[in-house]
Amino acid sequence: MSTVTKPGAGATSGAGRGLGERRRGQRAGGGVVAGHLRRLVPRLAVTILVLVEVLPLVWLVMSSLKTNAEFYTRSVWSLPEGFYWHNYVSALTTGSMALYLRNSAIATLPALALMLLLSVAAGFALEIMRWRGRDMVLLLFLSGIMVPAQMILLPLFTIYFKLNLVNNLASLVITYTAYGLPLSIFLLVAYYKAVPRELLESATCDGASIYRVFWQISLPMVRNAIVTVGLVEFFFCWNDLLFSYTFISTGSRLTVQTGLLSFVGQYGEVSWGPTFAAVCIAVFPTLVIYLLLNQRIVKGLTAGSIKG
Amino acid sequence: MDRFLGNRRAVVLLIAPALAVYTLVLLVPILWSVAYSFFKGSPITGFKYVGFANFTELVRDPAFLQALEVSLKYAVAVTSGQIVLGLLLAMMYHFYLKRASSLVRTLVFFPIVLPTVAVAQLFVKLFEVAPRNGLVNAALQAVGMTSWVHDWLASPTSALGILVGMDIWRAMGFYGVLLYAGLVDVPAEIFEAARIDGATGWRLVRHIVMPLMTPLIVSATIFSLNGTLKVFDSVLALTNGGPGSTTTPLTLYMYNTAFTYGDYGYGSTIAMALTVLCLVVTVIIFRTARKDVRA
Repeated sequence: MSTVTKPGAGATSGAGRGLGERRRGQRAGGGVVAGHLRRLVPRLAVTILVLVEVLPLVWLVMSSLKTNAEFYTRSVWSLPEGFYWHNYVSALTTGSMALYLRNSAIATLPALALMLLLSVAAGFALEIMRWRGRDMVLLLFLSGIMVPAQMILLPLFTIYFKLNLVNNLASLVITYTAYGLPLSIFLLVAYYKAVPRELLESATCDGASIYRVFWQISLPMVRNAIVTVGLVEFFFCWNDLLFSYTFISTGSRLTVQTGLLSFVGQYGEVSWGPTFAAVCIAVFPTLVIYLLLNQRIVKGLTAGSIKG
Repeated sequence: MDRFLGNRRAVVLLIAPALAVYTLVLLVPILWSVAYSFFKGSPITGFKYVGFANFTELVRDPAFLQALEVSLKYAVAVTSGQIVLGLLLAMMYHFYLKRASSLVRTLVFFPIVLPTVAVAQLFVKLFEVAPRNGLVNAALQAVGMTSWVHDWLASPTSALGILVGMDIWRAMGFYGVLLYAGLVDVPAEIFEAARIDGATGWRLVRHIVMPLMTPLIVSATIFSLNGTLKVFDSVLALTNGGPGSTTTPLTLYMYNTAFTYGDYGYGSTIAMALTVLCLVVTVIIFRTARKDVRA
């Protein structure tokens, strides 16, 4: 998996150049037009591909900057006349998107911290330490990866209802923490495998306790893994809809996803500008994180899927 | 060393918190759900033991069968789209773009990290007809295909089509990168040798690329199906199962059964059916693939 993002990984194909593209070109008997076409078609395909992926998002951002009148007087693909930032102001304040962002952060960040703490400890115990029943416990955790969220939804709702945790963001923190454990333990165990045992051995010879070996020697060595796993799980928590839609219904406790749904329900039809701005606000945090750390995210997400 | 790493107290201290949380929030609710499926009712109305009645109801319930059909149609369409387009992307990155593919890969990959609700709202707006034409209808109008301008999400076929298209759009870049990683791992000499032997274009794909990639394609398919069979977010945010219940998959039907009709028992039974479906599909693909490899 590590080859995914290695710069110049594509270079390995250098030798297998063009997949016979050239040969067929020669067979065409030097037809200049055919040669041009042959080069043009793939280029066109790439261009269309990028346009299809990027254009809707460009349109989204453009539309978020238009006044409501512009949607009626000008065509939908026209550039905005100016930067009408007021859409963002109304989405954040009247539309409560600022509140929803805050709620999402309150639900996501503690869950991430807890989940990572629990899984670095469990991963260490499951991969580095030696004890009976280890493989069984690991299997128990891994079997959780396959379980659909629908299987735990109703009992959890019942529990939270009884504990008075419905409409409380704590219910999301608890659920995210537990539901993310199988994948993060699975990924971390794989990373712990790479920690050189000699290093741990020499540390024990120097008199370090097992806790020190865990906290001061192993942990720094899987630091990168923690960031990668954290990113993968961040997207899962931040983008979650099922749990937040089920456990939270009070307006002031909605997360970005459920909040956006309710926003669109209220304003979507009439106020196009603020709606587009609200969608942009929902997209923005994930976009920024992706722009900054895309290599790591790509690596983490793909690793989490195939090995799982 | 073994005694050191076998420190009982340390093991318990390190693993107990995770195991406790996992057991309480995941394992117990799973068993609880299984138990629910033998009852009718909800915590508010109270529960009544009904034995296997929920399971026999499944096969006779037209709404369940429709939801099953929607789930399967959606899953087959989206998964094949994701894998086929992902494979095409992977080959494009590897054989055509080569070193220049990094930027394209990054761009095409990224819709997968966007919140589904936001993407769905974007698509709602793209296909909107009232009070103002969205991008698609406006474009159709501009090129004179006025008869095509309509409310795309109001017709069952096109609503499902847009749903499928949206999720392929979101995830094809992801599968592109996934399969590209497999292609990069293939030694370049193999392609070179095949090329010298005269394998080009489709034949190279069919006889060299596909067999080499089969294990990865199988795992990607299983992963994709396990996601698409469990689709919930996109449906809820794009069509909310409508028009009528024509785009309601199992997950949404389960949700409505439990929370709209207040039947946790039957809801849990549908959830179990979904779990079993995912397991069965995974096993079937695994088995077929292994046979293919042997043959």
